[in-house]
Amino acid sequence: MKTASKVYTALIFIFLYAPIIVLIIFSFNDTDTASRTQFSGFTLRWYQRLFEDRYILEALLNTLIIAVVSAFASTVLGTMAAVGINRMKRMPKKVMMNITNFPMVNPEIVTGVSMMLLFVAAVSLFGGKSLGMASLIIAHITFCLPYVILSVLPKLRQMNPNLFEAAQDLGCPPVRAFFKVVLPEIMPGIVTGMIMAFTLSIDDFVISYFTSGTTQTLPIYIYSMTRKRISPEINALSTVLFVCIMLLLIIINVRQGREERRAKKAERERA
Amino acid sequence: MRTKLISAPYTIWMTLFIIVPMGLVAFFAFTDKSGAFTLDNIARVGQYSNVFLRSIWLGALATFISLLLGYPLAYTIAKAAPNRQSFLILLIMLPMWMNFLLRTYAWMSLLEDNGLINNMLAAVGLPRIHMINTAGAVVLGMVYNYIPYMILPIYSVLTKIDNSVIEAAQDLGANNRNVFLKVVLPMSMPGVISGVTMVFVPAVSTFIISKMLGGGGNLLIGDLIDMQFLGSAYNPNLGSAISLVLMVIILICMGIMNQFDDGENVGGGMIL
Repeated sequence: MKTASKVYTALIFIFLYAPIIVLIIFSFNDTDTASRTQFSGFTLRWYQRLFEDRYILEALLNTLIIAVVSAFASTVLGTMAAVGINRMKRMPKKVMMNITNFPMVNPEIVTGVSMMLLFVAAVSLFGGKSLGMASLIIAHITFCLPYVILSVLPKLRQMNPNLFEAAQDLGCPPVRAFFKVVLPEIMPGIVTGMIMAFTLSIDDFVISYFTSGTTQTLPIYIYSMTRKRISPEINALSTVLFVCIMLLLIIINVRQGREERRAKKAERERA
Repeated sequence: MRTKLISAPYTIWMTLFIIVPMGLVAFFAFTDKSGAFTLDNIARVGQYSNVFLRSIWLGALATFISLLLGYPLAYTIAKAAPNRQSFLILLIMLPMWMNFLLRTYAWMSLLEDNGLINNMLAAVGLPRIHMINTAGAVVLGMVYNYIPYMILPIYSVLTKIDNSVIEAAQDLGANNRNVFLKVVLPMSMPGVISGVTMVFVPAVSTFIISKMLGGGGNLLIGDLIDMQFLGSAYNPNLGSAISLVLMVIILICMGIMNQFDDGENVGGGMIL
């Protein structure tokens, strides 16, 4: 890289990381006035408070339950849908793809509002509890589904369609042929879709905001923290989350690197 | 096995939770509190035309700045050594994995009147600048939050450009400037277009960034909708009408953008 482009890249990265670094530094700030701008000594008090905060832990638990359930459900439903869509004729396929793309281009706030209207209407029609865990899970499954479908479909398209037929010709019943032949081939797409669904669900605020009622998820709790009295606890929380994500990404990267090296080595040994 | 039936649960799910809710938005937009047909809500949206114009203007400005800052970076990364490329892309994506409320909150402490930037300015003897609760702060928040959505699709299109095409242009006597303007830039347009839509749509419809960085004075469409559904001005009928108009505006913008896009669509799945 030339010097100019190096400087430019560095400047953009400073822009991207400066706020995060500031957040992290001030999570160790020893102050009673909850000042966000005066650093007055090192403390781990905010971390201690964070892990004693019942509401945060409850919100975290809710977030994880919702993410696991909706990632799993949207992966199963989405994979089934992708298999079906892949075999459709041109016109029905086009209709299905438009429906799938719609929530991805529609502004999140409109999706959130529309679901809120549906859940409120459903409660007033059929009774039952108002908004809460159930509505959150339904909403999360809905906005995750398109991402699962769009990561599974390309794998299905790349697959040799004769393989499935060959298995059946050799006497394998279709369902078993699907699990033995098709599923292993499209597995990478399914895994990618599931990871995307999981992370999208954990991170979602806008749609949850409109469909949660009084149930707290982590992003909603963070929102209420930024609205109320400012506490460095929120900085501690950001730091913990950031470190977790960074570790996760590093682990994934190291594993990928190791696998690549192993693949290369195996190739060399063969040659 | 009826293979078509396998996608039936999905069809039912999407009908129930995407199509029916959208129908409800339309229904609420065209009815009053008692459920009778009316055009009043849609007519009242006109009162907020200044909010709509501000949202579109700020969203477009943020999109333009993201493109201006993001394109050179995507280009630089695409030109770097391969193992360095994946590291730089990881660095671009890492902040995205942090909740955007926290990232926006971080800017609050930087931009405040007694914030870090102003303290630094004061320390070197420069006058303090009022930054928080201005339209500029809102645009900054939009650029900061959404610029990765600009960089990633452009980068992924740039890496797919066949190097021999660039060499061919050079062999035929094009200088660097012409190679970029006549070969690289046109070939990267699909990435630019998906980047522009991926930044513009969330920027135009945001309500958090304007609330946190814009104070009360920079109301956007998102804030209006929020107020009608969960805020003080509870009125889902008007809120639905505003949502409907917002959707139509975005669909029109996308339609215009797609006029420029003649290639394959390279949206969504770009991120992973």
